[in-house]
Amino acid sequence: MKTLLKIIKYQLHDLLRGKWFFIYTGVFFLLTDGLFRFGGDPNQVSLSLMNVVLFIIPLVAIIFGTMFFYNSREFMELLLSQPISRVALFLGLYLGLTLPLSAAYLIGVGLPFMYHSGIQSSSYWILLIVGVSLTWVFTALAFLIAVLSEQRVRGIGFTIVLWLFFAILYDGIILFILFTLEEYPLEKLTLILAMFNPIDLGRILILLQFDIAALMGYTGALFSKFYGGLLGSALAIMALWTWCAVPVWLGYRAFSRKDF
Amino acid sequence: MIEIKGLNKRFGRLEVLKDLDTQIQTNKITAIVGHNGSGKTTLIKCLLGLDKYDGGDITIKDFKLNGDWHYRSQIGYMPQIARFPENLTATEVITMISDLRAGSNTQADDLVRYFRLTEEMEKPLKHLSGGTRQKVNAIVALMFNPDILILDEPTAGLDPISSSLLKDKIQAEKEAGKTVIITSHIMSEIQELADTILYLLDGKIFFDGPVDELIAQTGEKNLERAIAQMMS
Repeated sequence: MKTLLKIIKYQLHDLLRGKWFFIYTGVFFLLTDGLFRFGGDPNQVSLSLMNVVLFIIPLVAIIFGTMFFYNSREFMELLLSQPISRVALFLGLYLGLTLPLSAAYLIGVGLPFMYHSGIQSSSYWILLIVGVSLTWVFTALAFLIAVLSEQRVRGIGFTIVLWLFFAILYDGIILFILFTLEEYPLEKLTLILAMFNPIDLGRILILLQFDIAALMGYTGALFSKFYGGLLGSALAIMALWTWCAVPVWLGYRAFSRKDF
Repeated sequence: MIEIKGLNKRFGRLEVLKDLDTQIQTNKITAIVGHNGSGKTTLIKCLLGLDKYDGGDITIKDFKLNGDWHYRSQIGYMPQIARFPENLTATEVITMISDLRAGSNTQADDLVRYFRLTEEMEKPLKHLSGGTRQKVNAIVALMFNPDILILDEPTAGLDPISSSLLKDKIQAEKEAGKTVIITSHIMSEIQELADTILYLLDGKIFFDGPVDELIAQTGEKNLERAIAQMMS
Protein backbone atom coordinates (compact mmCIF):
# COMPACT_ATOMS: atom_id res chain seq x y z
CA MET A 1 0.00 0.00 0.00
CA LYS A 2 2.81 2.38 0.90
CA THR A 3 4.59 1.64 -2.36
CA LEU A 4 1.36 2.19 -4.28
CA LEU A 5 0.87 5.62 -2.71
CA LYS A 6 4.48 6.53 -3.42
CA ILE A 7 4.15 5.57 -7.08
CA ILE A 8 0.96 7.64 -7.37
CA LYS A 9 2.70 10.57 -5.69
CA TYR A 10 5.61 10.66 -8.15
CA GLN A 11 3.32 9.99 -11.06
CA LEU A 12 1.20 13.01 -10.12
CA HIS A 13 4.35 15.01 -9.62
CA ASP A 14 5.46 14.23 -13.17
CA LEU A 15 2.08 14.61 -14.89
CA LEU A 16 1.11 17.86 -13.16
CA ARG A 17 4.26 19.45 -14.49
CA GLY A 18 3.30 18.69 -18.06
CA LYS A 19 1.22 21.21 -20.03
CA TRP A 20 -1.56 18.77 -20.96
CA PHE A 21 -3.20 18.83 -17.52
CA PHE A 22 -3.75 22.56 -17.70
CA ILE A 23 -4.82 22.44 -21.34
CA TYR A 24 -7.38 19.69 -20.61
CA THR A 25 -8.71 21.59 -17.58
CA GLY A 26 -8.73 24.87 -19.52
CA VAL A 27 -10.72 23.42 -22.44
CA PHE A 28 -13.46 22.15 -20.11
CA PHE A 29 -13.44 25.37 -18.14
CA LEU A 30 -13.73 27.67 -21.17
CA LEU A 31 -16.41 25.49 -22.74
CA THR A 32 -18.57 25.30 -19.60
CA ASP A 33 -18.06 28.94 -18.71
CA GLY A 34 -18.77 29.96 -22.32
CA LEU A 35 -22.01 27.98 -22.42
CA PHE A 36 -23.20 29.71 -19.26
CA ARG A 37 -22.23 33.15 -20.59
CA PHE A 38 -24.07 32.55 -23.84
CA GLY A 39 -27.26 32.38 -21.86
CA GLY A 40 -27.68 28.73 -21.07
CA ASP A 41 -29.48 27.69 -17.94
CA PRO A 42 -27.90 24.82 -15.98
CA ASN A 43 -29.99 22.18 -17.71
CA GLN A 44 -29.18 23.48 -21.19
CA VAL A 45 -25.49 23.66 -20.31
CA SER A 46 -25.60 20.08 -18.99
CA LEU A 47 -27.26 18.87 -22.17
CA SER A 48 -24.74 20.69 -24.37
CA LEU A 49 -21.89 19.28 -22.32
CA MET A 50 -23.34 15.78 -22.54
CA ASN A 51 -21.99 15.13 -26.00
CA VAL A 52 -18.55 16.41 -25.04
CA VAL A 53 -18.58 14.16 -21.99
CA LEU A 54 -19.83 11.14 -23.93
CA PHE A 55 -17.47 11.45 -26.90
CA ILE A 56 -14.41 13.47 -25.93
CA ILE A 57 -13.71 12.01 -22.47
CA PRO A 58 -13.64 8.38 -23.68
CA LEU A 59 -11.49 9.37 -26.67
CA VAL A 60 -8.99 11.37 -24.64
CA ALA A 61 -8.84 8.75 -21.85
CA ILE A 62 -8.35 5.79 -24.20
CA ILE A 63 -5.74 7.45 -26.47
CA PHE A 64 -3.87 9.18 -23.69
CA GLY A 65 -3.95 6.04 -21.52
CA THR A 66 -2.50 3.85 -24.27
CA MET A 67 0.21 6.32 -25.24
CA PHE A 68 1.10 6.88 -21.61
CA PHE A 69 1.45 3.14 -21.02
CA TYR A 70 3.67 2.62 -24.06
CA ASN A 71 5.80 5.66 -23.24
CA SER A 72 6.34 4.41 -19.67
CA ARG A 73 7.55 1.01 -20.84
CA GLU A 74 11.28 1.47 -20.11
CA PHE A 75 10.51 3.22 -16.86
CA MET A 76 8.28 0.32 -15.81
CA GLU A 77 11.18 -2.00 -16.58
CA LEU A 78 13.43 0.04 -14.33
CA LEU A 79 10.86 0.10 -11.51
CA LEU A 80 10.19 -3.63 -11.81
CA SER A 81 13.88 -4.31 -11.38
CA GLN A 82 13.51 -2.73 -7.93
CA PRO A 83 11.95 -4.63 -5.01
CA ILE A 84 8.44 -3.55 -5.98
CA SER A 85 5.41 -5.76 -6.58
CA ARG A 86 3.70 -5.72 -9.96
CA VAL A 87 0.30 -5.02 -8.47
CA ALA A 88 1.58 -1.83 -6.79
CA LEU A 89 3.18 -0.65 -10.02
CA PHE A 90 0.15 -1.39 -12.21
CA LEU A 91 -2.35 0.25 -9.88
CA GLY A 92 0.07 3.10 -9.19
CA LEU A 93 0.36 3.88 -12.89
CA TYR A 94 -3.40 3.54 -13.39
CA LEU A 95 -4.41 5.72 -10.46
CA GLY A 96 -1.57 8.13 -11.17
CA LEU A 97 -3.20 8.82 -14.53
CA THR A 98 -6.92 8.59 -13.74
CA LEU A 99 -6.71 10.87 -10.70
CA PRO A 100 -5.28 13.91 -12.55
CA LEU A 101 -7.55 13.29 -15.58
CA SER A 102 -10.59 13.19 -13.27
CA ALA A 103 -9.39 16.24 -11.35
CA ALA A 104 -8.95 18.19 -14.61
CA TYR A 105 -12.54 17.36 -15.58
CA LEU A 106 -13.98 18.10 -12.14
CA ILE A 107 -12.25 21.48 -11.96
CA GLY A 108 -12.96 22.41 -15.58
CA VAL A 109 -16.68 21.60 -15.45
CA GLY A 110 -17.42 21.81 -11.74
CA LEU A 111 -16.06 25.30 -11.04
CA PRO A 112 -18.09 27.24 -13.66
CA PHE A 113 -21.23 25.40 -12.52
CA MET A 114 -20.52 26.38 -8.93
CA TYR A 115 -20.30 30.11 -9.52
CA HIS A 116 -22.92 30.34 -12.28
CA SER A 117 -25.71 28.22 -10.90
CA GLY A 118 -24.76 26.56 -7.65
CA ILE A 119 -24.51 22.84 -7.21
CA GLN A 120 -28.04 21.91 -6.24
CA SER A 121 -29.24 20.41 -9.51
CA SER A 122 -29.03 16.64 -9.84
CA SER A 123 -28.00 16.99 -13.50
CA TYR A 124 -24.81 18.66 -12.29
CA TRP A 125 -23.88 15.75 -10.07
CA ILE A 126 -24.79 13.13 -12.66
CA LEU A 127 -22.71 14.96 -15.28
CA LEU A 128 -19.72 14.90 -12.94
CA ILE A 129 -20.23 11.25 -11.96
CA VAL A 130 -20.61 10.13 -15.58
CA GLY A 131 -17.55 12.13 -16.73
CA VAL A 132 -15.35 10.73 -13.97
CA SER A 133 -16.68 7.18 -14.46
CA LEU A 134 -16.01 7.28 -18.20
CA THR A 135 -12.48 8.55 -17.54
CA TRP A 136 -11.82 5.55 -15.29
CA VAL A 137 -13.50 3.06 -17.64
CA PHE A 138 -11.68 4.13 -20.79
CA THR A 139 -8.30 4.49 -19.10
CA ALA A 140 -8.79 0.93 -17.80
CA LEU A 141 -9.60 -0.27 -21.33
CA ALA A 142 -6.54 1.61 -22.64
CA PHE A 143 -4.28 -0.10 -20.08
CA LEU A 144 -5.75 -3.51 -20.88
CA ILE A 145 -5.11 -3.06 -24.60
CA ALA A 146 -1.61 -1.68 -24.06
CA VAL A 147 -0.68 -4.61 -21.79
CA LEU A 148 -1.98 -7.15 -24.28
CA SER A 149 -0.58 -5.58 -27.42
CA GLU A 150 3.21 -5.36 -27.67
CA GLN A 151 3.08 -3.19 -30.77
CA ARG A 152 2.34 0.46 -30.14
CA VAL A 153 0.75 1.20 -33.55
CA ARG A 154 -1.54 -1.82 -33.36
CA GLY A 155 -2.47 -0.96 -29.75
CA ILE A 156 -3.35 2.67 -30.51
CA GLY A 157 -5.21 1.59 -33.68
CA PHE A 158 -7.25 -0.88 -31.66
CA THR A 159 -8.15 1.72 -29.03
CA ILE A 160 -9.50 4.04 -31.75
CA VAL A 161 -11.57 1.19 -33.20
CA LEU A 162 -12.89 0.36 -29.72
CA TRP A 163 -13.85 4.00 -29.14
CA LEU A 164 -15.61 4.13 -32.52
CA PHE A 165 -17.43 0.93 -31.64
CA PHE A 166 -18.78 2.23 -28.33
CA ALA A 167 -19.37 5.83 -29.45
CA ILE A 168 -20.98 5.20 -32.83
CA LEU A 169 -21.19 1.63 -34.12
CA TYR A 170 -22.85 0.09 -31.07
CA ASP A 171 -25.95 2.28 -31.42
CA GLY A 172 -26.14 1.34 -35.08
CA ILE A 173 -26.02 -2.34 -34.17
CA ILE A 174 -28.79 -1.86 -31.56
CA LEU A 175 -30.94 -0.02 -34.12
CA PHE A 176 -30.34 -2.82 -36.61
CA ILE A 177 -31.38 -5.44 -34.03
CA LEU A 178 -34.49 -3.46 -33.08
CA PHE A 179 -35.39 -2.96 -36.74
CA THR A 180 -34.89 -6.62 -37.64
CA LEU A 181 -36.80 -7.93 -34.64
CA GLU A 182 -39.47 -5.23 -34.53
CA GLU A 183 -42.27 -7.77 -34.28
CA TYR A 184 -41.06 -8.99 -30.92
CA PRO A 185 -41.18 -7.24 -27.52
CA LEU A 186 -37.66 -5.81 -27.23
CA GLU A 187 -37.79 -3.50 -24.23
CA LYS A 188 -36.00 -5.82 -21.86
CA LEU A 189 -33.40 -6.65 -24.51
CA THR A 190 -32.76 -2.94 -25.03
CA LEU A 191 -32.31 -2.45 -21.30
CA ILE A 192 -29.81 -5.27 -21.22
CA LEU A 193 -27.97 -4.14 -24.37
CA ALA A 194 -27.49 -0.66 -22.88
CA MET A 195 -25.57 -2.27 -20.00
CA PHE A 196 -22.93 -3.49 -22.43
CA ASN A 197 -21.90 -0.05 -23.58
CA PRO A 198 -20.46 2.35 -20.98
CA ILE A 199 -21.15 5.37 -23.20
CA ASP A 200 -24.82 4.38 -23.51
CA LEU A 201 -25.02 3.94 -19.76
CA GLY A 202 -23.63 7.45 -19.34
CA ARG A 203 -26.06 8.86 -21.88
CA ILE A 204 -29.07 7.22 -20.19
CA LEU A 205 -28.00 8.47 -16.76
CA ILE A 206 -27.69 12.05 -18.02
CA LEU A 207 -30.80 12.09 -20.22
CA LEU A 208 -33.04 10.79 -17.48
CA GLN A 209 -32.33 13.94 -15.49
CA PHE A 210 -34.18 16.07 -18.03
CA ASP A 211 -37.73 14.70 -18.30
CA ILE A 212 -37.25 14.11 -21.98
CA ALA A 213 -37.56 10.33 -21.77
CA ALA A 214 -41.02 10.68 -23.31
CA LEU A 215 -39.33 11.71 -26.53
CA MET A 216 -37.91 8.21 -26.74
CA GLY A 217 -41.33 6.55 -26.90
CA TYR A 218 -42.29 3.43 -25.02
CA THR A 219 -38.70 2.30 -24.61
CA GLY A 220 -37.92 5.72 -23.16
CA ALA A 221 -40.72 5.31 -20.65
CA LEU A 222 -39.37 1.91 -19.72
CA PHE A 223 -35.87 3.35 -19.41
CA SER A 224 -37.25 6.15 -17.30
CA LYS A 225 -39.09 3.67 -15.11
CA PHE A 226 -36.06 1.40 -14.74
CA TYR A 227 -33.06 3.74 -14.73
CA GLY A 228 -34.93 6.78 -13.38
CA GLY A 229 -35.54 5.19 -10.00
CA LEU A 230 -32.90 5.05 -7.34
CA LEU A 231 -32.33 1.34 -7.87
CA GLY A 232 -32.01 1.71 -11.65
CA SER A 233 -29.59 4.63 -11.37
CA ALA A 234 -27.56 2.75 -8.79
CA LEU A 235 -27.53 -0.28 -11.07
CA ALA A 236 -26.39 1.82 -14.04
CA ILE A 237 -23.59 3.38 -11.99
CA MET A 238 -22.62 -0.07 -10.72
CA ALA A 239 -22.58 -1.34 -14.31
CA LEU A 240 -20.32 1.58 -15.26
CA TRP A 241 -17.94 0.73 -12.45
CA THR A 242 -17.98 -2.93 -13.43
CA TRP A 243 -16.80 -1.63 -16.82
CA CYS A 244 -13.87 -0.15 -14.92
CA ALA A 245 -13.15 -3.01 -12.50
CA VAL A 246 -13.16 -5.84 -15.04
CA PRO A 247 -10.60 -4.30 -17.45
CA VAL A 248 -8.41 -3.25 -14.50
CA TRP A 249 -8.50 -6.79 -13.15
CA LEU A 250 -7.86 -8.38 -16.56
CA GLY A 251 -5.14 -5.79 -17.23
CA TYR A 252 -3.43 -6.60 -13.94
CA ARG A 253 -3.62 -10.35 -14.63
CA ALA A 254 -1.95 -9.86 -18.00
CA PHE A 255 0.54 -7.40 -16.48
CA SER A 256 1.54 -9.84 -13.74
CA ARG A 257 2.38 -12.47 -16.38
CA LYS A 258 3.91 -10.11 -18.90
CA ASP A 259 7.51 -10.36 -20.09
CA PHE A 260 9.25 -6.98 -20.11
CA MET B 1 26.58 -16.80 -6.18
CA ILE B 2 23.91 -17.19 -8.85
CA GLU B 3 23.01 -20.69 -9.95
CA ILE B 4 21.04 -21.38 -13.11
CA LYS B 5 19.74 -24.89 -13.78
CA GLY B 6 17.98 -26.10 -16.91
CA LEU B 7 16.63 -22.63 -17.73
CA ASN B 8 14.14 -22.50 -20.59
CA LYS B 9 12.38 -19.51 -22.03
CA ARG B 10 10.26 -19.23 -25.10
CA PHE B 11 8.33 -16.42 -26.73
CA GLY B 12 5.50 -18.15 -28.53
CA ARG B 13 7.15 -20.71 -30.76
CA LEU B 14 10.56 -19.11 -30.53
CA GLU B 15 12.79 -20.87 -28.03
CA VAL B 16 15.12 -18.16 -26.74
CA LEU B 17 16.91 -19.97 -23.89
CA LYS B 18 17.45 -23.71 -24.14
CA ASP B 19 18.35 -25.68 -21.02
CA LEU B 20 20.88 -23.24 -19.68
CA ASP B 21 23.11 -24.46 -16.83
CA THR B 22 25.71 -22.20 -15.29
CA GLN B 23 27.02 -20.62 -12.12
CA ILE B 24 27.89 -16.95 -11.83
CA GLN B 25 30.59 -16.42 -9.24
CA THR B 26 30.82 -13.80 -6.53
CA ASN B 27 33.75 -11.43 -6.64
CA LYS B 28 34.01 -11.71 -10.39
CA ILE B 29 32.86 -9.85 -13.44
CA THR B 30 30.96 -12.16 -15.75
CA ALA B 31 30.30 -11.00 -19.29
CA ILE B 32 27.35 -12.39 -21.18
CA VAL B 33 28.09 -12.12 -24.89
CA GLY B 34 26.51 -13.31 -28.09
CA HIS B 35 25.15 -11.88 -31.30
CA ASN B 36 21.81 -10.05 -31.50
CA GLY B 37 18.95 -12.33 -30.49
CA SER B 38 21.19 -14.88 -28.79
CA GLY B 39 19.29 -14.53 -25.49
CA LYS B 40 21.58 -12.22 -23.45
CA THR B 41 18.95 -9.69 -22.47
CA THR B 42 16.36 -12.42 -21.88
CA LEU B 43 18.74 -14.18 -19.49
CA ILE B 44 19.30 -10.93 -17.59
CA LYS B 45 15.56 -10.27 -17.47
CA CYS B 46 14.94 -13.77 -16.11
CA LEU B 47 17.40 -13.04 -13.30
CA LEU B 48 15.53 -9.83 -12.52
CA GLY B 49 12.08 -11.40 -12.69
CA LEU B 50 11.14 -9.15 -15.62
CA ASP B 51 10.68 -12.17 -17.87
CA LYS B 52 8.86 -15.26 -16.59
CA TYR B 53 10.79 -18.37 -17.57
CA ASP B 54 9.10 -21.57 -18.68
CA GLY B 55 11.31 -24.15 -17.02
CA GLY B 56 14.34 -24.60 -14.78
CA ASP B 57 15.51 -22.86 -11.63
CA ILE B 58 17.40 -19.73 -10.73
CA THR B 59 18.92 -19.45 -7.27
CA ILE B 60 20.35 -16.12 -6.16
CA LYS B 61 22.30 -16.17 -2.90
CA ASP B 62 20.47 -19.31 -1.71
CA PHE B 63 17.05 -17.91 -2.64
CA LYS B 64 15.21 -19.87 -5.30
CA LEU B 65 13.21 -17.45 -7.48
CA ASN B 66 9.51 -18.10 -7.06
CA GLY B 67 7.74 -14.88 -7.98
CA ASP B 68 8.52 -13.15 -4.68
CA TRP B 69 10.12 -9.78 -5.46
CA HIS B 70 12.00 -9.01 -2.24
CA TYR B 71 15.25 -10.58 -3.47
CA ARG B 72 15.65 -7.66 -5.86
CA SER B 73 16.74 -5.46 -2.95
CA GLN B 74 20.14 -7.13 -3.41
CA ILE B 75 20.38 -6.21 -7.08
CA GLY B 76 21.35 -3.01 -8.86
CA TYR B 77 20.25 -2.96 -12.49
CA MET B 78 21.30 -0.65 -15.27
CA PRO B 79 19.13 -1.20 -18.35
CA GLN B 80 20.25 -0.57 -21.91
CA ILE B 81 17.92 2.39 -22.45
CA ALA B 82 17.65 5.02 -19.75
CA ARG B 83 14.18 6.50 -19.72
CA PHE B 84 12.57 8.27 -16.80
CA PRO B 85 9.43 10.38 -16.32
CA GLU B 86 10.51 13.32 -18.42
CA ASN B 87 9.29 16.16 -16.24
CA LEU B 88 11.17 14.98 -13.15
CA THR B 89 14.72 16.08 -12.40
CA ALA B 90 17.59 13.65 -11.82
CA THR B 91 17.50 14.49 -8.11
CA GLU B 92 13.80 13.64 -7.98
CA VAL B 93 14.33 10.32 -9.77
CA ILE B 94 17.03 9.37 -7.28
CA THR B 95 14.81 10.42 -4.37
CA MET B 96 11.89 8.48 -5.85
CA ILE B 97 13.83 5.24 -6.31
CA SER B 98 15.29 5.59 -2.79
CA ASP B 99 11.82 6.22 -1.44
CA LEU B 100 10.32 3.23 -3.26
CA ARG B 101 13.19 0.99 -2.30
CA ALA B 102 13.16 2.21 1.28
CA GLY B 103 16.91 1.75 1.38
CA SER B 104 19.74 4.07 2.27
CA ASN B 105 21.42 5.63 -0.73
CA THR B 106 24.39 7.04 1.10
CA GLN B 107 26.46 6.70 -2.06
CA ALA B 108 24.23 8.86 -4.28
CA ASP B 109 25.98 12.19 -3.56
CA ASP B 110 29.43 10.67 -4.05
CA LEU B 111 28.33 9.08 -7.30
CA VAL B 112 26.88 12.37 -8.57
CA ARG B 113 30.25 14.01 -7.97
CA TYR B 114 32.12 11.01 -9.36
CA PHE B 115 30.19 11.14 -12.66
CA ARG B 116 30.45 14.97 -12.70
CA LEU B 117 26.69 15.41 -12.75
CA THR B 118 26.25 18.09 -10.09
CA GLU B 119 25.32 20.76 -12.65
CA GLU B 120 22.68 18.59 -14.32
CA MET B 121 20.83 17.30 -11.29
CA GLU B 122 18.12 19.96 -11.12
CA LYS B 123 17.22 19.98 -14.83
CA PRO B 124 14.17 18.06 -16.10
CA LEU B 125 15.33 14.76 -17.56
CA LYS B 126 13.78 15.54 -20.93
CA HIS B 127 16.41 18.27 -21.36
CA LEU B 128 19.33 15.96 -20.62
CA SER B 129 21.35 14.17 -23.32
CA GLY B 130 21.19 10.38 -23.73
CA GLY B 131 24.67 10.00 -22.22
CA THR B 132 23.79 12.11 -19.18
CA ARG B 133 20.63 10.09 -18.60
CA GLN B 134 22.74 6.96 -18.87
CA LYS B 135 24.93 8.31 -16.05
CA VAL B 136 21.81 8.88 -13.92
CA ASN B 137 20.91 5.29 -14.75
CA ALA B 138 24.33 4.16 -13.48
CA ILE B 139 23.86 6.10 -10.24
CA VAL B 140 20.46 4.45 -9.69
CA ALA B 141 22.06 1.01 -10.12
CA LEU B 142 25.03 1.70 -7.84
CA MET B 143 23.65 3.94 -5.10
CA PHE B 144 22.29 1.23 -2.79
CA ASN B 145 25.59 -0.59 -2.68
CA PRO B 146 23.91 -3.84 -3.85
CA ASP B 147 25.66 -7.22 -3.71
CA ILE B 148 24.81 -7.99 -7.31
CA LEU B 149 25.18 -5.61 -10.24
CA ILE B 150 23.55 -6.31 -13.57
CA LEU B 151 24.63 -3.91 -16.28
CA ASP B 152 23.15 -4.18 -19.76
CA GLU B 153 25.46 -2.44 -22.26
CA PRO B 154 26.55 0.03 -19.56
CA THR B 155 28.85 2.22 -21.66
CA ALA B 156 26.53 2.59 -24.67
CA GLY B 157 26.08 6.29 -25.39
CA LEU B 158 28.74 7.45 -22.92
CA ASP B 159 31.63 9.72 -23.94
CA PRO B 160 35.17 8.32 -23.46
CA ILE B 161 35.71 10.07 -20.12
CA SER B 162 32.41 8.90 -18.61
CA SER B 163 32.95 5.44 -20.06
CA SER B 164 36.36 5.19 -18.36
CA LEU B 165 34.91 6.45 -15.10
CA LEU B 166 32.16 3.84 -15.22
CA LYS B 167 34.59 1.03 -16.06
CA ASP B 168 36.81 2.03 -13.13
CA LYS B 169 33.75 2.01 -10.90
CA ILE B 170 32.72 -1.45 -12.10
CA GLN B 171 36.23 -2.74 -11.41
CA ALA B 172 36.13 -1.20 -7.92
CA GLU B 173 32.77 -2.84 -7.23
CA LYS B 174 34.21 -6.23 -8.13
CA GLU B 175 37.17 -5.64 -5.85
CA ALA B 176 34.70 -4.80 -3.09
CA GLY B 177 33.37 -8.36 -3.39
CA LYS B 178 30.35 -7.85 -5.63
CA THR B 179 28.92 -10.15 -8.26
CA VAL B 180 28.95 -8.21 -11.51
CA ILE B 181 27.20 -9.25 -14.72
CA ILE B 182 27.64 -7.17 -17.85
CA THR B 183 26.68 -7.43 -21.48
CA SER B 184 28.41 -5.55 -24.25
CA HIS B 185 29.09 -5.72 -27.95
CA ILE B 186 32.47 -4.07 -27.47
CA MET B 187 34.90 -6.97 -27.10
CA SER B 188 37.85 -4.79 -26.05
CA GLU B 189 35.72 -3.60 -23.15
CA ILE B 190 34.83 -7.16 -22.17
CA GLN B 191 38.47 -8.17 -22.36
CA GLU B 192 39.42 -5.20 -20.19
CA LEU B 193 36.77 -5.82 -17.54
CA ALA B 194 35.58 -9.41 -17.44
CA ASP B 195 37.05 -12.39 -15.62
CA THR B 196 34.61 -14.92 -17.00
CA ILE B 197 32.73 -15.10 -20.23
CA LEU B 198 29.39 -16.73 -20.92
CA TYR B 199 29.03 -17.00 -24.65
CA LEU B 200 25.47 -17.61 -25.83
CA LEU B 201 24.68 -18.91 -29.28
CA ASP B 202 21.05 -19.35 -30.26
CA GLY B 203 19.96 -19.68 -26.66
CA LYS B 204 22.59 -22.24 -25.67
CA ILE B 205 25.87 -21.85 -23.85
CA PHE B 206 28.65 -22.07 -26.39
CA PHE B 207 31.48 -21.21 -24.00
CA ASP B 208 31.53 -20.73 -20.24
CA GLY B 209 34.89 -20.01 -18.65
CA PRO B 210 37.71 -17.52 -18.07
CA VAL B 211 38.40 -14.97 -20.82
CA ASP B 212 42.09 -15.93 -20.97
CA GLU B 213 41.14 -19.57 -21.51
CA LEU B 214 38.97 -18.65 -24.50
CA ILE B 215 41.77 -16.62 -26.06
CA ALA B 216 44.31 -19.39 -25.39
CA GLN B 217 42.01 -22.05 -26.79
CA THR B 218 41.71 -20.26 -30.10
CA GLY B 219 45.33 -19.10 -30.21
CA GLU B 220 44.25 -15.60 -31.17
CA LYS B 221 45.76 -12.38 -29.83
CA ASN B 222 42.57 -10.83 -28.45
CA LEU B 223 38.97 -11.64 -27.49
CA GLU B 224 37.41 -10.11 -30.59
CA ARG B 225 39.47 -12.32 -32.90
CA ALA B 226 38.99 -15.36 -30.66
CA ILE B 227 35.22 -14.98 -30.87
CA ALA B 228 35.33 -14.34 -34.61
CA GLN B 229 37.36 -17.54 -35.01
CA MET B 230 34.92 -19.52 -32.88
CA MET B 231 32.07 -18.31 -35.01
CA SER B 232 33.68 -19.17 -38.32
